Amino acid sequence: MVSSIKETKQDKVFLAFVYLILTVALVIVAYPLIYILSASISNPTIVAAGEMWLLPKDITFEGYRRVFQDSSIWNGYMNTIIYTVVGTLVNLVVTLPAAYALSRRDFVGRNIFMILFIVTMFFGGGLVPTYLVVRSLGLVDSMWALILPGATSVWNLIVCRTFFQSSIPRELQEAAEMDGCSNFRLYFRIVLPLSTALIAVMALFFGVGHWNNYFSAMIYLNQQEKYPLQLVLRQILVLQQMSAQAGTIDATMATSLNNKAEVAALVKYAVIIVATLPIIAVYPFLQRYFVQGVMIGSVKG
Amino acid sequence: MMHEGAKAVLNPQDVPNQRKSKKLFKKIVRNWQLYIFMAPALLTVIIFNYVPMYGIQIAFKNYIPALGMAESKWVGFDHFTRFFESYYFWDLMWNTLSISLYGLLVGFPLPILLALAFNEIRTGPFKKTVQTVTYAPHFISMVVMAGMIITFLTPSTGMIVNLLEAIGITPPSFLTDPRWFKTVYVLSDVWQATGWGTIIYLAALTAVDPGLHEAAILDGASRLQRIRHINFPVIIPTITILLILNMGGLLGVGYEKILLLQNPLNMEASDVIATSVYRTGLLEAQYSYSTAVGLFNSIVNAILLIVVNQVVRRTSENSLW
Repeated sequence: MVSSIKETKQDKVFLAFVYLILTVALVIVAYPLIYILSASISNPTIVAAGEMWLLPKDITFEGYRRVFQDSSIWNGYMNTIIYTVVGTLVNLVVTLPAAYALSRRDFVGRNIFMILFIVTMFFGGGLVPTYLVVRSLGLVDSMWALILPGATSVWNLIVCRTFFQSSIPRELQEAAEMDGCSNFRLYFRIVLPLSTALIAVMALFFGVGHWNNYFSAMIYLNQQEKYPLQLVLRQILVLQQMSAQAGTIDATMATSLNNKAEVAALVKYAVIIVATLPIIAVYPFLQRYFVQGVMIGSVKG
Repeated sequence: MMHEGAKAVLNPQDVPNQRKSKKLFKKIVRNWQLYIFMAPALLTVIIFNYVPMYGIQIAFKNYIPALGMAESKWVGFDHFTRFFESYYFWDLMWNTLSISLYGLLVGFPLPILLALAFNEIRTGPFKKTVQTVTYAPHFISMVVMAGMIITFLTPSTGMIVNLLEAIGITPPSFLTDPRWFKTVYVLSDVWQATGWGTIIYLAALTAVDPGLHEAAILDGASRLQRIRHINFPVIIPTITILLILNMGGLLGVGYEKILLLQNPLNMEASDVIATSVYRTGLLEAQYSYSTAVGLFNSIVNAILLIVVNQVVRRTSENSLW
């Protein structure tokens, strides 16, 4: 960190050790990811025999072909995109204004509201009572069951409040008020434009949450055609149910891919890539924002 | 106004109070739009968090959906005693606690060590690469993670199984042997969460005063000594707070992943309170019983959080409240 005048031998050894640890960490995390990527385009027989170690062998795109032909995966993909977009918008529309109101010192009742929110972080009704409420509202088998119960994320609400308190100059708000600017105008014209970084972070956090969510879909959705991607993945990856199309092997591939279990494995690797790629691919570009989000949160964690 | 003035003469003490409440009222009216800002968040929290808390009463009733909540009969602590006396009660408690503690023991120190290591090396392509790669698993969904675990550990074809065979170790049946469940669960968590967990410590480490390091170097302190005596003390408050929060969640293990990895063969090691709440409540529709078990779980969690916080407050100044 601090460039010293000269490093002692002991320090050099220590530093080498640090580099070694980080390299080991890098390999341990990266290897399974590279392996899946390679396995998804390799001959499944070679993969199953343990003869593919790092780079793809006997390249085939059969796995991806099957994934893209599978209507339930496509349907799940479309559903997930819809749930993610609508869910994230609802999260933002609900959380941001409330966080702004709570950030205002002259907002009467902010402490009471704050306590109401914080209590829910440590205590809740539990699975069944929540399920019964959602069901009595008629939300079972509706996408709103995945969106409304978690519309307010208290943790993110606190992060946003902290951001508004520390990053929007109070003088600016007071000056705007002096000019007779209403709270609505103040919020939409001054506060939001100054908070684009925060909005990006929150949209990403909420978006990833919706994209990866399977549990509420599992308990609230019964109709197969409403399943999000993660539930379709659960059937393929965890419950090991192959979709209808994957069972039929077309003539050209029949000779090389005659083992059904191996085809199934190939499809699994491909589907992992297809489901995770959108997030893993954009993440390095947005990494800065993600990290920023955690840091804003840690200020008053 | 006249009226108010007249009153003031009678009782001078009322005046400041009345002015205060009038000012308060004015403040509320002036900021009425802020209450509209609050409304959606407040409404969803009341409906989806507070109404279910009211629904907890079914834990003390024999809830029959056809009768409704109000008409169902009170049964006192029957469901609780049934749970405490069930043959699986201690198994559930043991599994829940041991998975949490195992995870805490292995998973908690690693992000701290990794963050301290990141902090030692110069910012550059290597550091950036390691950070980007180790953060990435955080974004892998629970389902894909479970799928990866199952695929890698599948006998005779899985990557990890093949790897072990290649170095001459006979792999155990990871997925079905109950003795391996906890290790598989904890180590996969470590793989997924360690990198991301460093961020909060790296944020805390930015508060280290570089002047201290310069002074320490002049005094001949080694890197290791500087980490121990300068960097580490700076992150102790963060460590403490995270430890308290983790202890408070001891009974709240990540059941979403356990549910995915559970199978009839590893059940004796993988069934935890939360998965049993899900199974009895939603799959078997024993609403009242499941709610009682869930309530027991949240109360123990709340007590643990308070106790740990108290203990920490006695011994240091870093506590949640």
